[in-house]
Formats: sequence, C-alpha cells, structure tokens
Amino acid sequence: MPAVQETVEQVRRIDVDQYKYGFVTDIESEKAPKGLSEDTVRFISAKKSEPQWMLDWRLEAYKRWQTMREPTWARVDYPKIDYQNAYYYSAPKKKSLASLDEVDPEILKTYEKLGIPLREQEILAGVVRPEGERRVAVDAVFDSVSVATTFKEELKKAGVIFMPMSEAVREHPELVKKYLGSVVPTSDNFFATLNSAVFSDGSFVYVPPGVRCPMELSTYFRINEANTGQFERTLIIADKGAYVSYLEGCTAPMRDENQLHAAVVELVAHDDAEIKYSTVQNWYPGDADGKGGIFNFVTKRGDCRGARSKISWTQVETGSAITWKYPSCILRGDNSRGEFYSIAISNGRQQVDSGTKMLHLGKNTTSRIISKGIAAGKSNNTYRGLVTAHRKAANARNFTNCDSLLIGDQCGAHTVPYIEAKNASAVFEHEASTSKISEDMLFYCRQRGMSAEEATALVVNGFVKDVLQQLPMEFAVEAQKLISISLEGSVG
Amino acid sequence: MLLEVKNLHVEVEDKKILNGLTLSVEKGQVAAIMGPNGSGKSTLAYVLAGKDNYKVTEGDVLLDGKSILAMAPDERAAKGLFLAFQYPVEVPGVATMTFLRTALNAQRKTRGEAELSTPEFMKLVRETSKHLGIDQEMLRRAVNVGFSGGEKKRNEILQMAILQPRLAVLDETDSGLDIDALKIVAEGVNRLRSPKRSMIVITHYQRLLNFIVPDVVHVLAKGRVVKSGGKELALELEAKGYAQYADEAA
Repeated sequence: MPAVQETVEQVRRIDVDQYKYGFVTDIESEKAPKGLSEDTVRFISAKKSEPQWMLDWRLEAYKRWQTMREPTWARVDYPKIDYQNAYYYSAPKKKSLASLDEVDPEILKTYEKLGIPLREQEILAGVVRPEGERRVAVDAVFDSVSVATTFKEELKKAGVIFMPMSEAVREHPELVKKYLGSVVPTSDNFFATLNSAVFSDGSFVYVPPGVRCPMELSTYFRINEANTGQFERTLIIADKGAYVSYLEGCTAPMRDENQLHAAVVELVAHDDAEIKYSTVQNWYPGDADGKGGIFNFVTKRGDCRGARSKISWTQVETGSAITWKYPSCILRGDNSRGEFYSIAISNGRQQVDSGTKMLHLGKNTTSRIISKGIAAGKSNNTYRGLVTAHRKAANARNFTNCDSLLIGDQCGAHTVPYIEAKNASAVFEHEASTSKISEDMLFYCRQRGMSAEEATALVVNGFVKDVLQQLPMEFAVEAQKLISISLEGSVG
Repeated sequence: MLLEVKNLHVEVEDKKILNGLTLSVEKGQVAAIMGPNGSGKSTLAYVLAGKDNYKVTEGDVLLDGKSILAMAPDERAAKGLFLAFQYPVEVPGVATMTFLRTALNAQRKTRGEAELSTPEFMKLVRETSKHLGIDQEMLRRAVNVGFSGGEKKRNEILQMAILQPRLAVLDETDSGLDIDALKIVAEGVNRLRSPKRSMIVITHYQRLLNFIVPDVVHVLAKGRVVKSGGKELALELEAKGYAQYADEAA
C-alpha cells in the first residue's frame, strides 16, 4: 500500500473513544437548579456565603450577559449551545476539610488514575519530603470546589496568599475587589461575562512586594458532573518585584453531552514583577465523531501594569472538542515584556482556534510568540494572533514564529495573524511555516528500529522542542508523554 | 547463508526497477555491489530496509532463511538489518544523542532485552564516537541538521556502531566525501567488520573499495546481477567502465 494511502487508512481507524481518562467518579454532589437565571446566580453566591458586593458584581454581569451574543468569528463549528439546559453549579458534598486525611478517598483515587506525578500524590497523602527539594503546592480543584490545599503554612510564612477564590472573596475582600475584573472586565466578551456571573471557583494568588514565591503553584482542574458547566475564575497578582510560577493542568472524564467550560484567568504584574503561567490542557476531546467533547472557551489575559514587568504564558493544548483560547498580554508598563509559547495538538474531529494578543502600550515594550500547531486526523487547527503597537508605544518589538505540522491529508492548519503598528518605531517580525510530517523522516527513524508511533512522537517532540523548553521540568516530562498519547493512532 | 535475495522484481510508481535480482550474502561476508546510475542499486537498499512505495511483484528476500518482505521497517531493524543512507535525513529539534538512544532502546525492547541505563548508554556512545572523530557537541546537535556531508556520513557509521547490526547495507557511503573524510568513514566501517556481521557496500566508484576491501563484487545492470567475482572485478570495472554490461542485461 502506498504510504499516503496507508496513513489515510490508519487515520480512519483512529479510536478516540478509548480516551484514557474517560471515567466518572461517583461522589454525591449538590447541584444548582438546571438553567441560568438570576436565581441561579443568587444560589451560587449563597452557596459560597458571599458578601453582598460579590453578589451584586455577579448580577450585574448576568444582566450584561443577557444583552450579549455568542461570538462566531472563530474557525470552529459546533451545535448551538442551550444555556438553559445546563447546570451551573455542582460541588462534592463534603467540604471545608480540616486536614488532607479527610479528602474523599474517591478523589485521591481519581488523581491516581489521572497519573498525577508521584511527588504530588505524596504531597496529597501527606508524605514529608527532605528539606531543600523543590516542592509543588497543589490547590486541587475537584469539580467546582477546592477540596485540598497544601503548603498553606509555608506560603503564609513568605506572605504569599494562595487559596480558592471563594475563600479569598471572604478573607481578602480588599484585594479581590481591587483586582477582580480589572484585567478582564465583566463586559469583556460573551464567555467572560458568563463566567463573571456564575463562576464557581478557582485560585487566588497574591505575592507581596519583593517576594519570590518559594514553590511552583499548581492546580488540577477536573470536570466530573454530567452537564455541569465549569466556570473557573483565577486571579494572580505579583506585587512590585515579586515572582511567581503557576502551573495548571487538567483532564476530564468521558461524557455524552457537551460540557461547557468558560474559564477566566487574570494576571496582574506590577513594577519589576514576573508571572509565569503554564498550562497542560487535556480535556475530553469527544468520541470518534467528535461527540461529547468539552467546549473550552477561555479568556486568559495578563496585565503588565508596572514598568519592567514580565508575563509569560506557556500552554500545551491537547484536549477539548472545541478550543477557543487566546492568552494575551497588555504591555502597559514601560519596558515590560510579554511571552506566549504554545503547543496545540488536534486529532480526530477536534477544532482548535487559539493564539494570543500582544498589546504594546508602553515604551520599549517587547513580546515574543512561539506557536507550534500540530493537526492530525480530521481536525482543524488555527492560530489567530494580534500584535498591536499603540501610538505612544515607542520602540515596541515583537517576534512571532508560527509553525504548523500536518499529519495525514484530512486535517487543516490555518494561520491568521493581525499586525497593527500605530507607532513608526515599532519593529514586528513574523515568521510562519506549514509542513507535512515527512515520510522520509519517519522511514529514517523506523529503519533505526522505532515503531511508527515512536517515530512520530520523536519527530513531533523535535518540532515542539522550543516550547517544551519553556515549561517547568515537572511539566515538560508530562507534556512530552501527553503529546505521544494525543497522537496515538495518527500515523501508519 | 544470512541473506538470500531470490528472483526479485520491484516496481516503483509502476516503473520496473529490479528485474529478477538474485543475490546471496554469507555470514561475515563483505559484498560490494557496483553498477551504473539507474541500475537499481539504491532500490535494492530501500527494498531490503522495507521502504514504502517499493512494490515487490515477484521473488523473495530471506534473512536467516525467513522471508522479511511482510515485516515493517522497524521489525527488520530489530532483526539486525541496518541501512546507512546515501542521503541521511534531517530530524529538526531531536538531539543526535536522543535519537540514538531512542533507536537503540526501541530495538532492544522489540528483541525483549532490557533498555540501557543512562550511564551505560553514555559510556557506549562516548567510546564509539571517539573513533569516528565525533565530539560531544555534535551529539547535542539535532540529527543531521546543519551537518556537513562528512559529518552526516560519520553519523551514519556511528549509528551502525551503536546498533551493531548483523547485516549492514551501505548505500553510496562514499558520495560527497573528500579523501580525508572517506578514510575516516572507511576506517569506521572496517572496525565493524566481524565474522558475525555481513555488509553490502553499494558504490558507483571503485575508490571506496580501496579502503573497504570486499570479499566479493557483484555487478548490477538494469535491475539484475550480471556478473560476480572477487575484488579484482572492481578494478576491471574501473578500467573498462560499465558499458560492456549494457547488452548482457538486456
């Protein structure tokens, strides 16, 4: 059989049904009534014992949302979402745990199945590691409510606040009031506004001036309840001269109906502060026909508010039926810097429309975009990016590199870059390439003894190397494995 | 007999390239295959290695008496078949060291052997690369990316030395090499000569055979072996050229 034909056959045989993380944990949950109304918003707010100002904020967002329309400009195609046919809140019944021992064993088992790194499982199990080792604090988000928070004490010593958003609303209202919605306003876009009205939980991080966060912060998100939209809300603030690295990773169990996910992440970096935000996203992509996968509509934005501040987004996107996601940087402070490193892999019937926005407002601001898109199966993979220089953004610099790799001949890769410079001193560079995974390269690897899948994984890992290097070590290894898993069955 | 090629007919994109090629290689033997351009030398190399798009319409290829035609390229590699490419392929972003290790461990896994530990592997590569004038810096670079012609060929021989095949097919390993590079590569190949290892040395020119002295020489024309003899046959070809075989093959 000719090579191309064989590849085509193989791709046809892809069995995405065998989603490795497709299982459902049996835990009683408390649900909000089905559908979205003012009552739903009040229910969620009451469940979280929120102060009046928070409820008012939500209600205003809800009001605004009712006047908005779902955006249609992205290169994604999905059946109309019935927002009245979904649940907007669900939480495992047992909460407010005094210690980790109280964590539902079912949840611990879930993490085990997900292959959460041993070290983090040890942390969850309360194992004490020798001094000096780099540690990871996990604020585990199971469904909508955080059930386990670790290393709180040590972070407290450093003055770092790391807690579920719902707790922060009660314990640090002054910080939440000041920053929530200051990067992504409630009126920003359809999905962000929806999130503002019904957000369930997420992480809140505040790093005080001059403090280098003593550990990587990491959160595991997971959708578990059928028909429950997930509306995470995360807010990270690095005060003057502070540094924090935040890791987010997630997988979701198999489901028949589409699961809506509309998260909002806001980052604020003051003078000389640096935030590094890394994501490994592996939501359920749907079955072989693309049915039942997660719809992932995410608004992630960082505000380099202070001079010389830096925000860096790194993402490895492998899951979801639909991905609509553009982690962006507002380069407001003079000499601030924004970075976006992305690996987006699509297989089966997945549709990815992702990219970034670098908005240069301050003087001498710089940004760098490295995007690697890999399309296999019958998937569509679009990079959409915007780089702008404001009138006053003297000496703005951007370097963009977008590479796409196609596996098989039924997938699509698209690059849609927008570049606007209103200041003549701006220098924006854009490089782009699209290539097919070469049969010669695969044959060379296979002649040396690698199977078709090992060879593909090796070639693809080479293709994404520039981005993988940006991930913290513990994530890079995981991400590499994930890339191989995501492409299983895509080559003959 | 390690390798037997029996009456092999091969088509590439409906064009017949091999026309009943028959060839045997004994264990430990170094066989040279010479022939003019278009005689089917590289096709033979690719068919042995199992490349796609090379359609065998008749005949068989036996390794240790068993047909390998139905085997995938990686299965053949695990059985000890190695092809040194005429044009080694670039693999961007993959360090040569990583490539070597992935290949070796994949073969070992297929054969049911334990994977080499990092220190064991590093030691093996260090010792092997030293002889070929390959420094650590080159091993950190992406496979064949930005390599000179000589570096690419040395890298092929390094892979052969690490993978320790039982049958190595060297496809025009001399092409694009100056005399100094040729000597290094030939020395590397000679060091791997062993009663346990057979080699098929494919070349257009006799020059390479001054350095890698074959046990037998086969002349290929129009997809068949038209003459076989000792190493002196290569010298004869050098003097008289391939024209004399054009008619015999027809």
